[in-house]
Amino acid sequence: MSNEAVLHAHAATGHAEHHEHHHHHESFITKYIFSQDHKMISKQFLVTGIVWAILGGLMSVLFRLQLGYPNETFPILEDILGKWAKGGKIQPEFYYALVTMHGTVLVFFVLTAGLSGTFSNLLIPLQCGARDMASPFLNMLSYWFFFISSIIMLSSFFIETGAASGGWTSYPPLSAIGDFSEGSKAGMDCWLISMALFIVSALLGGLNYIATVLNMRTKGLSMTKLPLTIWAFFFTAVLGVLSFPVLLSGAILLLFDRHLGTSFYLSDIFVSKTQTALPNEGGSAILYQHLFWFLGHPEVYIILLPAMGMASEIISTNSRKPIFGYMAMVGSLFAICILAFLVWAHHMFVTGLNPFLGAFFVLLTLLIAVPSAIKVFNWLTTLWKGNIRFTPAMLFAIGFVSLFISGGLTGIYLGNSALDYQLHDTYFVVAHFHIVMGVASMFGMFAGIYHWYPKMFGRHLNHTLGYIHFWVTICGAYLIFWPMHYQGLAGAPRRYYDISNWHFLKGFDGLNQFISTVALIVFATQLLFVFNYFFSMYKGRRLTTKNPWGSTTLEWTTPINPGHGNWPGEIPEVHRWAYDYSKDGRDFIPQTEPIGAEESHH
Amino acid sequence: MNEIKNSPLGDRGKKIHPHKFAMWVALASIVMMFAGLTSAFIVKSSQAGWQDIETPSLFIYSTLVIIISSVTVQMAVRAHKQREKMSKYRLYITITAFLGALFVALQFFGFSNLWTQGITFRSSISGSFLYVIIGLHALHVIGGVAALLVTFFRAFSRRERVYSSVGIEIVATYWHFVDLLWIYLVLFFTLIK
Ligand code: HEM
Ligand SMILES: [Cu+2]
Repeated sequence: MSNEAVLHAHAATGHAEHHEHHHHHESFITKYIFSQDHKMISKQFLVTGIVWAILGGLMSVLFRLQLGYPNETFPILEDILGKWAKGGKIQPEFYYALVTMHGTVLVFFVLTAGLSGTFSNLLIPLQCGARDMASPFLNMLSYWFFFISSIIMLSSFFIETGAASGGWTSYPPLSAIGDFSEGSKAGMDCWLISMALFIVSALLGGLNYIATVLNMRTKGLSMTKLPLTIWAFFFTAVLGVLSFPVLLSGAILLLFDRHLGTSFYLSDIFVSKTQTALPNEGGSAILYQHLFWFLGHPEVYIILLPAMGMASEIISTNSRKPIFGYMAMVGSLFAICILAFLVWAHHMFVTGLNPFLGAFFVLLTLLIAVPSAIKVFNWLTTLWKGNIRFTPAMLFAIGFVSLFISGGLTGIYLGNSALDYQLHDTYFVVAHFHIVMGVASMFGMFAGIYHWYPKMFGRHLNHTLGYIHFWVTICGAYLIFWPMHYQGLAGAPRRYYDISNWHFLKGFDGLNQFISTVALIVFATQLLFVFNYFFSMYKGRRLTTKNPWGSTTLEWTTPINPGHGNWPGEIPEVHRWAYDYSKDGRDFIPQTEPIGAEESHH
Repeated sequence: MNEIKNSPLGDRGKKIHPHKFAMWVALASIVMMFAGLTSAFIVKSSQAGWQDIETPSLFIYSTLVIIISSVTVQMAVRAHKQREKMSKYRLYITITAFLGALFVALQFFGFSNLWTQGITFRSSISGSFLYVIIGLHALHVIGGVAALLVTFFRAFSRRERVYSSVGIEIVATYWHFVDLLWIYLVLFFTLIK
């Protein structure tokens, strides 16, 4: 089936579709709001992601204020936040809501929707040589489900009892019974409904990405000629499509327990607030953890793989060298994708999991280190003796590799159940996943934005601001999260409102203030990036050539500001893989160039 | 549609239509959702305090109904492919949609039988599972009925002439899927005891 036919199928069913062949009038609404152009949808995801990143970052600044200065008051907070900061002090309920929302927002809204949503949408059609997604209409729906889900999540901050506050994992029984915490009242319902809509959005997006990669590649573009970005987005979508529905079932059961009196997760536990036992019988809270982590672990790779793909592409382009071990890169993505479904119980070692069963999960968990190490090795060998151009995108991509190594190593500690008994639910885990997932994927996202901004807006981001952004952020990230390893090893538990009451943690008071201060600085620096982003949209240096980075891939063969349909004439044909850099005495050879008779093999 | 010859994939016309493919991916995702629920059922059924319940006998009829509807939807696809039989096509779609609605109604009566026997959300975990899983399946059937109705009205609309059979084929795939899913669920609930 052809690309054209897909676009036309829509024209025929009344959803007006436009592309190069016949320019219809596009109204503001069809162009900017209910757009079905993958490039516009990608920008919508990105801008929504940026808004959420600012909000989520702000939340962390607020709760770091509490953690760094537990005994001080900040009267200005009461002016802004009202009862949530009575007397200028973040209240416990609000603190827990902040932590919960920070996790939810960053994991799902920023690093899933903001990352995959932006770059899968932008790059899959462009790098596969397609006029648009398999179903532009479902693609548009995917964004709007995300948007509605966002609004519901956001609104939960404004209800009387506050937003959900049971942690981003929302474990029952805490999350199931309103009597247990304020956040488990209406806030938790908002959370569940919002997440259900989010899952629908992720599924609609994911099935489009898969269908497009498999069915709509241009002539000559076999799977093994695909850029690694596309492979990464593809596996990300597969992970999402197969794991999100399981979270949906978990959430549905939780909704039943909350409102219809079922006992999936609840049993006859005692509620101190009402001084009675629950009427439920025989439920198992562990069941929720199984359902949650069956998504939860693949989810962390849903967040990571796009960053890996983009880092591969950017590192190769800016080292002017072919990626080292292309097939090994694809193979390790595949291995990670399979293993991601087989390790979920490593989050549950201390739940009373049978230690014999635990041993298998230890083994499978440690196996993930193998494909991860292969990838790291290949990035480093690609960089090795490269002709490196340190663009901001390249710096962020290298920073990504650094962070992935640092955080991956601590994963190996945690993957041993014997060590995890000690480390579970301490700041060691917080340090591990922020470095390996949170910050590393943010770096992948920044790298992607700096690299593909010219394709999105026809202008460059300001590079000086980019360098400042990079150096402050990487130093800040390590300064914030490195010390947390020590706190965790010493036994500091995560998620607590105030750990200064424990005598054995007294020594960390100064360190906590230091971390909070750095967090504030790093947050402010991100605002610099946001400024750069919006400023450069109107005032950035204009692109003068189609292919500013000297890249081989198809997106750079489109006009500087491509219309809907991407290529004005025919879609180019592909003749070679995406990594012919510094070959046969040439700086780079585009994928569209036929293989010459004399050409050497890679 | 002279743009077709512009098509980069012109030589791949025999390949599966992207929309059809997207439907298969969606089905995989629905499978995962029910796999999650039924494995939760297995996990729970091995724990203390579990009581089996009889599945309502009405479900035999609903099984029959949904199997017949699979046949009629297939006949609709065939009629659509042979263009001149559009009236038959409409007829089969109508019958299928009707059988779908009948199926949902039967499920509902099965549920109310159970409920009057005292199997409520509060009284029985296995019952709760039954309600949730079969209820979710029924929702998927309702979704299928809605899709059929859309296809149905399209078949009558003067403005849009849909010659491509892709739409009805996708709906039919989905319909067979919910049918198979139901058979799986029936077998599951009967055999797991
Ligand atoms: C060598 C690879 C890795 C291993 C062996 C590993 C192992 C683990 C283990 C055992 C835990 C549970 C710790 C606990 O709660 O006690 C954990 C937590 C976590 N890991 Fe990893 N990990 C690895 C890589 C990654 C990667 C690549 C990501 C994300 C991209 C990631 C994200 C997370 C997250 C988000 C958590 C914490 C979830 C929570 O409890 O809130 N990990 N990791
Ligand atoms: Cu994990």
